[in-house]
Amino acid sequence: MNNLIIFPILIPLITGVVLIFFAKNIMVQRWISAISALIVIIVSFMQANLVYHDGIQTMDVSNWEAPYGITLVSDMLSSLLVLTTSIIAFAALIYSFQSIGEAREKFYYYPVVHFLIVGVNGAFTTGDIFNLFVFFEVMLMSSYVLLVLGGTKIQLRESIKYILVNVISSALFVIAVAYLYSVVGTLNMAHISVRLSEAGNTGIITVLAVLFLIVFGLKGAIFPLYFWLPGSYYAPPAPVMALFGALLTKVGVYSITRTFTLFFYHDVGYTHQLLQILAILTIISGVIGALAFTDIKKIVIYNIIVAVGVILFGVSVLTPESLTGAVFYLIHDMNIKAALFLLIGIIIAITGTSDLNKISGLINRYPGLGWTFFIAGLALAGIPPLSGFAGKMMIVRAGFETENYIGAFVVLMSSLLVLYSIMRIFIGGFWGTPRAYKNEDKAPVKWLLIAPAVLTAFAVLYGLGTEAVYPVISAAAETLANPEIYIHAVLKE
Amino acid sequence: MEILMAFLIGILFMAATYLMLSKSLLRIIIGTGLLSHGAHLLILTMGGLKRGAPPLLGEHAATYVDPLPQALILTAIVISFGVTSFFLVLAYRAYQELGTDNMDRLRGKEGHE
Repeated sequence: MNNLIIFPILIPLITGVVLIFFAKNIMVQRWISAISALIVIIVSFMQANLVYHDGIQTMDVSNWEAPYGITLVSDMLSSLLVLTTSIIAFAALIYSFQSIGEAREKFYYYPVVHFLIVGVNGAFTTGDIFNLFVFFEVMLMSSYVLLVLGGTKIQLRESIKYILVNVISSALFVIAVAYLYSVVGTLNMAHISVRLSEAGNTGIITVLAVLFLIVFGLKGAIFPLYFWLPGSYYAPPAPVMALFGALLTKVGVYSITRTFTLFFYHDVGYTHQLLQILAILTIISGVIGALAFTDIKKIVIYNIIVAVGVILFGVSVLTPESLTGAVFYLIHDMNIKAALFLLIGIIIAITGTSDLNKISGLINRYPGLGWTFFIAGLALAGIPPLSGFAGKMMIVRAGFETENYIGAFVVLMSSLLVLYSIMRIFIGGFWGTPRAYKNEDKAPVKWLLIAPAVLTAFAVLYGLGTEAVYPVISAAAETLANPEIYIHAVLKE
Repeated sequence: MEILMAFLIGILFMAATYLMLSKSLLRIIIGTGLLSHGAHLLILTMGGLKRGAPPLLGEHAATYVDPLPQALILTAIVISFGVTSFFLVLAYRAYQELGTDNMDRLRGKEGHE
């Protein structure tokens, strides 16, 4: 029983509510937002530290003992993801101050961002499958608002499609939970795991696993369910894109990881094979997209899909090493995607276009931007000693050890092509003859560069300090590999 | 009773799918409404129908209905109510701004205003 773990959910919620009352006073909104986001970082750091030293922390809401009430569970994976989320949220908020525009700020941009953080942190922390659905909806509802806020034509058009896809996937989620409830008669995730091991009826459990894979796959953008993502993520402005690209799909990936390691790990022959094939196809289709477009937003958006595939390949191999690699890569990817989206946001702010053919020679006037982008691009592809390397290496090695040669080979090749797709932006956009752009002098580049530069610095430190963070990450993977630890911590048996 | 519910839910899903595949935005929204009704009835059925007295403290019934699915439905209804109303407002705004409610004409060119 520990009350600390509810604070990363509670603080943004209260902040969001308070901010609604200061809608027209932008300075107050900015200060409250920044301070609250900073407090959440500190609290989630304390929480991660506590979990690392004392093991899994749980909190039975209203003192209804598990499995009867809703339980919040913070294991190493959850607390690390909550910490990463808070850091990214803070960076996106700082970036928003100078880029999002007064009109959006006056129309509840900051409260909605905080509500989004409530949903994301809640989804990472909850230990109850229906509560997970509720936090998904909190997160989605905020994302609908963030996507449509501003009301330009492209935003309205893409929002309709995005909402439709998500309404259908939410209905499927409810249906999946209903089936699961009829089989196991409980909603607590640890208790579900116990009942499923007792049930032994593998036919219906396989159906459930595939149903959950479809539900979370729609959110996490796996092949062939990613069709909505490139269009929808294209529409909103850069900080919102960073929040979506870094957080929303990763909640889907986290949920797949959680359910496939905690619920459906008995009969891995069919379900995990399916997950693996889909992960490989996800990587391939993401890479094709990243190479096909000359629009910098599209290139980075398709790189989200590649990363989802790499992480899920690590999960589907299901050895302690591959899970460690997947967790390593998950945290790396959240961080670096946020940095990249913020960086291309600056490029768009300077040039007024996202078409690579109309941009060139930026490095002459903006060397800081150019080199930050270069380092972030190398980190994304996983060049040692930067952050993507360790995770990818562990995933690939585990793949070869378990004789999944095709998957491991595809992951390896994908890094090369990801590097090419990002360097294309660097070579095309930063090299060459400088051009004059009409918005050039209005863009507050120095201020905007702070947030992505800090995130890129994190990527460098995360890569250089792999040895230091390894014990923390492997503690997270250990809980995934041994569901008994999780069950024991929640049910206290 | 369960068989009857299965047919009812099936018909709701069928109608929802048909409506969501049509071109008019309003029909699609009604389709999502029917889809969530079907899902809610499914939870109710999955919890077991007609098993006894209401689950009240102090009633001392020998058998009582599982209260949990009802709590889940209540939550899901509130959420789908909120989402549907947001979707309706968005559809109206999009109709004003874009001048059409036909999904074919809402396609737009990739990455274009």
